Formats: sequence, C-alpha cells, structure tokens
Amino acid sequence: MDVMATRVDNGVNVEALLGARQALTEAPEAARFKWRATCNWVNGTHSRSTVHSFFGLGAEQSHKTEFGYDADHPEVFASEDKGATPVEFVLVGLASCLTAGIATVAQNRGIQLRSVKATVEAGMDLQGILGIDSDVRNGFDGIKVVFDIDADASKDDIAALVAQSQRRSAVFDIVTNPTNVSVEVR
Amino acid sequence: MTAPWPRRPRARTVDVIVVGAGHSGLAMSCFLSQSAIDHVVLERGEIANSWRQERWDSLRLLTPNWQSRLPGYHYRCDDPNGYMSVPEVIRFIDFYARLICAPVRTGTTVKSVTVAEDDWFRVKTDQGDWRCRAVVIASGAHNVAAVPSMSASLPESVRTLTPKEYRNPGQLDDRGVLVVGASATGLQLADEIHRSGRQVTLAVGEHIRMPRVYRGLDIQSWLDALGILNERYDQVDDIVRARRVPSPQLIGTPERATLDLNTLTRRGVEIVGRLVGIRDGKAQFSGSLRNHCAMADLKLTRLLDRIDAWAEQHGAGTPTGGLERFEATHVQETPRLSLDLVRNKIGTVIWASGFRPDYTWLHVPALDHKGLLRHDGGIVVVPGLYALGLNFMRRRKSSFMHGAADDVRDLGAHLVDYLSDTAGKKVVRAVG
Repeated sequence: MDVMATRVDNGVNVEALLGARQALTEAPEAARFKWRATCNWVNGTHSRSTVHSFFGLGAEQSHKTEFGYDADHPEVFASEDKGATPVEFVLVGLASCLTAGIATVAQNRGIQLRSVKATVEAGMDLQGILGIDSDVRNGFDGIKVVFDIDADASKDDIAALVAQSQRRSAVFDIVTNPTNVSVEVR
Repeated sequence: MTAPWPRRPRARTVDVIVVGAGHSGLAMSCFLSQSAIDHVVLERGEIANSWRQERWDSLRLLTPNWQSRLPGYHYRCDDPNGYMSVPEVIRFIDFYARLICAPVRTGTTVKSVTVAEDDWFRVKTDQGDWRCRAVVIASGAHNVAAVPSMSASLPESVRTLTPKEYRNPGQLDDRGVLVVGASATGLQLADEIHRSGRQVTLAVGEHIRMPRVYRGLDIQSWLDALGILNERYDQVDDIVRARRVPSPQLIGTPERATLDLNTLTRRGVEIVGRLVGIRDGKAQFSGSLRNHCAMADLKLTRLLDRIDAWAEQHGAGTPTGGLERFEATHVQETPRLSLDLVRNKIGTVIWASGFRPDYTWLHVPALDHKGLLRHDGGIVVVPGLYALGLNFMRRRKSSFMHGAADDVRDLGAHLVDYLSDTAGKKVVRAVG
C-alpha cells in the first residue's frame, strides 16, 4: 500500500480547530466562553443536574439536546445510589478531557488511533470530609490516570501525545491548579 | 545651572539611529559603516550596559567561546571550549565597539520615538533630539523581569528579587529561598544559593533540558552542526510558541558540568510544580510537575535521537553507539502543592520567570495587545523600523551573539533598500 495515500482519521476535524484558533487569535473577545450547569436537589443526597446552554463566540449557544446527570452517594454511605458520586464526575471530566485531547493531538500529528482507554483512580481519606482530622484535606490526595493506547506510533510518540494532551487540557488545569470559586445565595 | 555643553536648538539629522550599544546594535553599526550609511548608536549607559549593570557575579555565557563572534571579529584565545565570564563579555563587546569605530553616544537615554508628519522619525533623548529616516531597536529582549501580579500577595516578611538585581548569595538573609522558574537562570541561581547553605525550593513549569556535553562535544556544537541554530522563523510550526520557550537548562563552567533538575534534587534542592498562586501566606504549586518533566525528558530524547542519526551519517562525536541516555527526571511521589512561606522561614522569592522588552518609549503603532513588537523577522510593521536580538527573531540563534551576523546582514540589506527607495520622497519633504 502506498504510505502517502494512508489517511489518518480519528474523527477529529483538525482543519476546523486550526481555523478556529486562527480566528480567535484575531478576535480574542469571541474566545471568551461561559460554561453552565444547573443542579436540582431530588431527595437525600440524590440530585439531578442538567447541561444545556453556554456562551461563546460572542453569543448564546446551546447543546443539541439537554443532557441530564443523576448524582448520589453509594449505599455504603447509607444513600440510595441513584447515580455516580460527585467526585466520580470529576474523574469522568478529567478522563474524557484527556481522551478528547489525545484524539485531537493524534489527528494533528498524523497518528492513527485504534483504541484509547483511560483508567482513572483517585485516593481520598474520608477523615477529611467527616471532620475527624483537620490536617486531612477533603478532596483527593492524588489522581492516577493510566492510558492503554493502540496506535500507529512509537512508544515515545504515544508518550508525547499523552503529555501534550495534558498540556492543553482544561480539566487537567482545573484539577492541578487553584481556581477562585464564589458561591452565593439569591 | 549650566548644561555640560550648550543644547542645540534644533534636532540633529542622521539617516539611521540604532538604539542600544550591546552586541546587536554594534553589529548593525558595523554593517552600516561598511555600507557608508550615516548613523549613530544611542546608549543609555555604557557600551554593553546590561552586562555591566544587570548580571549576577558567577554568570558565564551559555555558549562556548568559539561561538563568541560578531561580524568581522571572533574570539581569539587558547580556550575555544570555555565560557566567557561577565567581565570577559564586557571586554569583548567593548573592544568590538572600538575596533569598528562605532559612533556610540553613551549616557544618552532615548525618551521617545515618534513618526513625524514628514514620515521621518523623531527621536527624543535626554541629550537632545534627533531626526532620522530609520530606527533599529537593539535595546534587548530582557529589559524587564516578568514578575507576576501575585507578587503583591506575598507576606510582608518575604523579600523579592529579580535576576537583574541578584548578584550573589551574600545579598540574602539566612532564611530559605523560593526560586520561581526553571530556565538556565532559575537553575543556576537555585544551585548557587543552595550551595551557600540556604534551603532552596525551585518552582518548575515548562522547561528545556539539555546536557552540557553529549558524546564528547558541547551540546552547542551539535545544535550548530545539525543546523538547529539556523532554523528560520518562517519554517517552524508555531513561531509564537517557539519565541516563548525558556532558555535551555545550561551552565557554563570550567568543568563543562551538566546542571539539570536531577543534579539539584541530589544536592538537596526541593523541586515543586509551577507557582500558580499565593493565598494566606502560602505559595500554591501546580500538580502538573510530573507532566512538565516528562515533556522535557521526551523532547531531550528526540533531540539526542536526531543527534545520533546525524552523527552516524557523518561519523562525528565519540562513538558511543548512540546509547548515551540520561536518567528520567526524578519527581517525588507526591510533590509539595503548597508552602507556608512564614512557617517554613522563606526569606526571599526570586522571580526567574522570564523577561520582556521595554517599549514604553516607542510611541509608534507597532505593538500588539501584549505590548510586543509586531514584526516579520525583525522588519517592524512601521516602515523604517527594525528590531534586533529578540528571541528567535529570524533564526533560533537570533538572541545569541553569534546570531547577530546573519540577522544584521538580512535586515541591513532591507534597510539599505528602504533608504534608497524612499530617498527622493524623504529628501524633498525634508527640504520642504
């Protein structure tokens, strides 16, 4: 087979992304996005969140449909387990953000992916949230992501792919760096 | 009160003004003299001023002596593989200025550059005004240390220094030091201060790892041989990013030692992630240290692979079979994410977080929203305005002494064309 004729297709429209990068460099205001979610308490620790609208490119935007997510705590916490725990949503966010990044960077670098699987595990000492020991933080004490990647690339090229996806990842930045959070009551 | 000499009432006229008598400005002066173009070099202090005023005591060039060359002049001594100390650099540039009889006006600070209605530049200085047809900005890329705004949130007990102010550990009190930034500067200062007996923490973001010597040759010899230093600004994928890359982690020592994060860790410096905030007296570090180190290690491996391939093709370097590889950067299992500056007795924070040029005197529409010059390989968007010595300006070597010759030849030729193309128009307007 003619190597030159091989087309890499990870299903990512890199040309569109590069075009957007160029356009947003020239119009930095359009690059300012706002992401939103709404969460309604259902009962106990069960809540239901929805995601629909967002702001970007200088205008209100919306997803094609409204997406809904149930969150709850497991039965070992004496809850009803109607959905994933909020901290698991954070892991989902991190893994899906890095995975999307890998597909995009691979497309841009001409690497054909066959399979990408991220396994994420985060440690947490419950003595923090239960207020047993004030020296223990509430959140994760660390997150470990392991990727299994099958692709037409060397080991080092795959490592570089994974490194670059972290460098460009919003969720990786959000979990590794502090963010100001303001919580108000209307 | 009397001025040292009477002020001339009217602006003096010259074809070209070069701002700054460092190696770049002098190299351009040499070209202009050889092209018989009337010019002056305006220098706020003395020749090689920032080398005299803004360098720490132990600094040596990151490039070996054989690379210390300027148009028509090169290092002539018995140690081509050594690295010049700061006094040697000053002597080198000073001698060059005399050799080429550069028309330098020292002690002349440029206060403003504007374009007048006749399209001539008006250059105001504290020693009178000038009119000229072209201006070459050779005032350097590192005028101001990039100190992040979070510096204002530091506890009062902590003193801050920039690498421009730092001279030696004797300036510091006995408390610990947080060095922010892992360029050549950050690593050199962290190492020196740690050796002085102070506890040192080094905050590490994106960085470039390089061994001083690889397969028996200085890394600069390899970069030169492979043509990497000659790579052009219009041939790289992302020039904006390439221009922001921090300086490689190198040090010039008589032993040709490699200084990397592993060296510092072994000596007892604590390596932490990028400094991302200061809150309640605590410095907060990013959890991205592992990735930043992994990226630097991968890039180093790619560079060494390239070198090995080239060496095999050309039979260069000691024949180690391309197997010389360096241990991966060691990162603690759980690097520290915060540092209570008061409780941990941190006395000084050193901002080795980069520099930026100062264009506060440049009153022409040539700056972008970040305050950087809008230029195409040193040809600024304002006709008749040129830049020199910026990071990766025309070539990867543009900011180095040995990079001046090629850039000056390119830009000088453009400048000469500009002067002859606009000569008729300008002269008529000037007379009118």
